[in-house]
Amino acid sequence: MYRSHVLVCGGTGCTSSHSAEIIEALESELKAKGLENEIKVIKTGCFGLCALGPIMIVYPEGCFYSEVKVEDVPEIVEEHLLKGRMVKRLIYDETITQDEIKPLNETNFYKKQNRIALRNCGVIDPESIEEYIAMDGYQALAKCLTEMTPEEVIQVVKDSGLRGRGGGGFPTGLKWSFTAKNAADQKYVVCNADEGDPGAFMDRSVLEGDPHCIVEAMTICGYATGATEGYVYVRAEYPIAVARLDKAIRDARENGLLGKNIFDSGFDFDLHIRLGAGAFVCGEETALMTSIEGNRGEPRPRPPYPAVKGLFGKPTTENNVETFANIPQIILHGAEFFSSMGTEKSAGTKVFALGGKINNTGLVEVPMGTTLREVIEDIGGGIPNGKKFKAAQTGGPSGGCIPASLMDTPIDYDNLTAIGCMMGSGGLIVMDEDNCMVDIAKFFLDFTVDESCGKCTPCRIGTKRMMEILEKITDGKATLADLDELEKLAYYIKENSLCGLGQTAPNPVLATLRFFKDEYIAHIVDKKCPAGVCKALLSYSIVADKCKGCTLCSRKCPVGAISGTVKEPHTIDTTKCIKCGVCMDSCKFGAIIKK
Amino acid sequence: MKSLEELMAIRDKARASMTDREGTGEGIRVVVGMATCGIAAGARPVLNAFVEEVAKRGLKNVTVAQTGCIGMCQYEPIVEVFAPGKEKVTYVKLNPENVPEIVANHIVNGNPVVELTVGAIVKD
Repeated sequence: MYRSHVLVCGGTGCTSSHSAEIIEALESELKAKGLENEIKVIKTGCFGLCALGPIMIVYPEGCFYSEVKVEDVPEIVEEHLLKGRMVKRLIYDETITQDEIKPLNETNFYKKQNRIALRNCGVIDPESIEEYIAMDGYQALAKCLTEMTPEEVIQVVKDSGLRGRGGGGFPTGLKWSFTAKNAADQKYVVCNADEGDPGAFMDRSVLEGDPHCIVEAMTICGYATGATEGYVYVRAEYPIAVARLDKAIRDARENGLLGKNIFDSGFDFDLHIRLGAGAFVCGEETALMTSIEGNRGEPRPRPPYPAVKGLFGKPTTENNVETFANIPQIILHGAEFFSSMGTEKSAGTKVFALGGKINNTGLVEVPMGTTLREVIEDIGGGIPNGKKFKAAQTGGPSGGCIPASLMDTPIDYDNLTAIGCMMGSGGLIVMDEDNCMVDIAKFFLDFTVDESCGKCTPCRIGTKRMMEILEKITDGKATLADLDELEKLAYYIKENSLCGLGQTAPNPVLATLRFFKDEYIAHIVDKKCPAGVCKALLSYSIVADKCKGCTLCSRKCPVGAISGTVKEPHTIDTTKCIKCGVCMDSCKFGAIIKK
Repeated sequence: MKSLEELMAIRDKARASMTDREGTGEGIRVVVGMATCGIAAGARPVLNAFVEEVAKRGLKNVTVAQTGCIGMCQYEPIVEVFAPGKEKVTYVKLNPENVPEIVANHIVNGNPVVELTVGAIVKD
C-alpha cells in the first residue's frame, strides 16, 4: 500500500519539456531516500494545461506543481514527500490561497470544463489496464455483451445525439445502423486517428492518456454493427500514442477483453494498428481505408459509402478517436446523460486544442454551446501581453474563423456552419491584432496545396491558382479583379472536388474574405498590411528624434543596411533591408518603426 | 474475461489502491506530522501503518496525509484526526502498534482513544 501517489504528465507536451527525465530523477531520488515502497510514481496522459508543463500532482494532498524542472526533484522529495512540506514556489498559483490548497477543478482553467472524452487523461496510468478498469473501464462493454442486443446499443447511441467529432458532425448512431443493416461475411470498424490539422492534438492526447477507452468503444461498435475486426489508423508521428495503444491492445487480449468469445457471449473481436505516413488526405475516410488496404492514400468517390462498401470492399464503420471516447460513458450512464449536455442539436461536450496567442495553451473539454468568449477569456486565460483578440481559427485548413464580433456565439455544429465556419476536429488557434488575416489564409492554403493528393483537378490545380492569387495580394501586386477571381475559384473548387480535402480547402479564404475583406482591400488598394506581417508591403524606418545613435541596430543588422555615425540618428537603406526585424527587436529606445 | 463478476473483482482491487487520488473530500482526515522532529521520533512507520490499516478495512472518505512540524516536537510522533463537525483530536507519542486501535475505535466507531491524546499524556 502506497501512502502517496505522484502523478507526472507523460503527454507529448510535457514529455517534450523533459517529464520523462523528471520521472527518472524522481524514482532514483525516492530510492535513495528509501521511499520507493511508500510512494508510487505514475506516468499519466495529458492534464490539458500544457502551457504550464511539466505538470506533477501529489496525492492525497492534491498538490498541483507546474513548470517542474529536473533540478526541482530533490527538493520535492526531501521537503514534500519526506517531510510533508509542500514546495510552495512550484505550486500553480491559482490553486494556493493562504496556505490552503484549492482543488484543481475550482481553478479557472478547469471550472467550466466537463470532461467526458478526457475523463481519464491525467487521472490514470494509461499503461495500466487495472487502473482503467478501476475507473469503470470495460463495464460498458460487459453491459453491451451480456445485457443488450446490438439494436439496443445502436438505439442508445442514436438517442444520445452523439455526432461525429472528426468535423463532419454526422450522427454516430445513424452511421452505425447503416453498417449494421448490411449483411456481409465480414465487416470492419475503423478508428480514424490520423489527426492532421495543424494545431490539433486532442485525438493524440486521448490515445496517449486513455488508450483502453478506444479499445473498449471499438469493440462495442463491432458488436453493434456485426464487425469482428477493427483497425486503428494512427500517424507514425505519434510514437507515444502508438506505443500505449499497442500495449493497451496486448493487455486487453491477455485479459480476454479482445479475442474470442469475449465475456462468454460468443462475440469475437480483435484490433490492429496501421501507421499512417503523415499525408493529410488520409484523414479523409475513403483515402484512409485505401491506405489501410496497402494502396496509395487517395480518396474514392462516394457513394458507395463505407457502410456499404468500405475497407477491403466490406461494410465498414469509421469514427474519429474523440467520437469513440464518448461511447463507453454513453452506454454506462445512458443516452439521457449525454443528451442532457450541450445544445439541442449538438449533444455532449467537445474537446478543443487551444493554441496560438493564448495564455493557457492546452486541451479543454467544454459542453457544446459554450461561447468562444468563455473558452478564450475564462478557460484560456485571455491573450498574452495585453493584446486585443482578433479572431479564432477553427477546423484547421478545412475550417474558417470566428471574428471578435461573434465571440458570444454558442459553439455547436449548426451555429458554426451558419457563420460560414466549421467545427472541424477541434483545433482552436487564437489570433491577436498582430496577425494578418490574408497571411493566415495563405498559410492554410499553402498547407492544402502541399497536401492535395492530386487525384482530382479542381483541388490539385485550383488550390495552386488560389495560392498564386494570394501571393500576388501579399506582394502588393494584385488588383480588385484578382479578388473576384479568387472568390469565384474558391466556390468552384468547393463544388467540384472529389473529397473533403478539396471541398473544404477554400474555407479559410472564404471565411477571412467574409469577415476581414477590409484587410484584403488594404493589401490591394493601399498596398499596406495593417497588421504589419506581409514583408513586401512593409518598410522599416528610424525615427530621428528618438534615435540616440547607439549603433546597436547597425551592428545587429545582418545585411549592413543601417548606417550613421555614433550619437547621431541612423538611417535604414530600404534597398538593402531584408525586413527581418532584428533592428526593431534590438532597439532600446523604440526608435524603429515598421509600416 | 468471462464474466462481469470477474471484471468487478479486478475493478474493486484496483480501485482500493487508488482511493488517495479521489482528493480531499468531506470525510475524515488523518494528518501525521512529518517534519524532521516527527521523522526522528518514528513518524514514518506510524504514517504507513495508518495507510495500511485504512486500506485493509477498505475505508472510504478517509484521507491519510502528512504535514510539517506541529510545534510540540517533544511529543512526536503526533497525529491529528479531523472529523467533519467535530473537534480536532490530537494524538501524541504514537507508535505503529497504536494505529489499529485508533482506526477501529476512533475512525470507524467515533470514540477517540482518550489515553493516547495530548490531554491525557501532557500533564504539567
